[in-house]
Amino acid sequence: MSALKSITGATLAKDIRLEWRSRDAINSMLFFSLLVVVIFSFSFDPNAEESREIAAGLIWVAFLFAAVVALNQTWARELRNQVLDAYRVSPAPASSLFLAKALGNFSLVSLLEAVMAPLFMIFYNLRALGPAWQLIPVAVLGTWALVVNGTFFAAMSLRTRSREIMLPLLLFPISIPAVQSMVEATRVLLAGDGSARFWLVLLLTYDVVFTTACLALFETVLQAE
Amino acid sequence: MAVALIAVNGLIKQFGRFAALRGVTAEFAGGRFYAILGDNGAGKTTLLRALAGLAQPTRGTISILGKTARAACRDVGYMAHPSLLYDEMSGLENLRYFARLYDIAGDGRCEEAIRSVGLEPDLARPVGQYSQGMRQRMSLARAILHDPKILLLDEPFSNVDVHSARVIVGLLKAMRDSGKTIFLVTHQAALLEGVADEFVWMQDGQIVDRGAGLSRE
Repeated sequence: MSALKSITGATLAKDIRLEWRSRDAINSMLFFSLLVVVIFSFSFDPNAEESREIAAGLIWVAFLFAAVVALNQTWARELRNQVLDAYRVSPAPASSLFLAKALGNFSLVSLLEAVMAPLFMIFYNLRALGPAWQLIPVAVLGTWALVVNGTFFAAMSLRTRSREIMLPLLLFPISIPAVQSMVEATRVLLAGDGSARFWLVLLLTYDVVFTTACLALFETVLQAE
Repeated sequence: MAVALIAVNGLIKQFGRFAALRGVTAEFAGGRFYAILGDNGAGKTTLLRALAGLAQPTRGTISILGKTARAACRDVGYMAHPSLLYDEMSGLENLRYFARLYDIAGDGRCEEAIRSVGLEPDLARPVGQYSQGMRQRMSLARAILHDPKILLLDEPFSNVDVHSARVIVGLLKAMRDSGKTIFLVTHQAALLEGVADEFVWMQDGQIVDRGAGLSRE
């Protein structure tokens, strides 16, 4: 267990260092999300009531698309100079690599959400009518749902010729239950339309099931030729 | 022949319909320097990748110290044609990361490995800015970092200047003399004359000849 923690920590620290130096993923994600906010705010001119109805969908779809950018970047780094082979020939557990990548992506997407959420609030004139604090567990569970599957499928599509296209093709259909839960929970909380408890439980279940499945299957994905 | 350190039996590796290895059977003793030669597409790199546990055999078995290739990973160091290093990090940063994968504590082993290949550990430049020769030497430092019994080296002299090639050959000779087993794939066999203990020729996915000298029987 200590080896798992140590290697996960080392790989996460290495990925953060590489991202800090290149800023490849974070810059692309920020620009993409910013464009979505600005373009949609000019395309529609909703009042506060309408905003509460549509903003939840817009926010999460923007984050989902932006996350794909980070997910592709995170594994592309391992392909350059075939560095992934150095990991594959080492005794380090596959699950450490997977957890480190998922946690790294989680940090990046969370950072993006922290920067972009206030902008969404301003541009769409949003104010939560329900218990606003519940947006935090929605964001945490929802973001993990996106990145855990995204990290797994990005690794799966790593050796395919058109991996930028393969990732959304694999990821989006399987993310539908999670995205629906995130959007509904956010909409309910923004509109003050009752409790988001059901959607939070659904998200938590989704996270537990897919995290377990991805951890169990990642060794096979990593060692695939 | 001494007791086999590595035994390969009926090894076949297919990529779709193409067979890169066609029933390789061989035994290799410990503490020797093997130079693997052959034309492009002969199966040299695939054999090395199979020994490193990177290519799963389609059929046949590999035994390294009585274990499977994957299980023997702590005993094997692998240097590929690409550097297997992160371009954005310095050599020392790279090695410190890889040391963690082998559970090696920070007791100066990384610095020692870098010095042993004739580089300076305090070199702050990222690996992406190294010359090809420096990159190959740093790649070798990564492969020997965990002090493996067996070294698998895939074309370590490609695009390397004469000085760097000599440094690498000298280092490998010293490692063989200290009891390590070395497998080296190369097209520059002349560099290993008088250094390698055995030359192994491959052709069409098979070992076709083995001998102490560069001239084939």
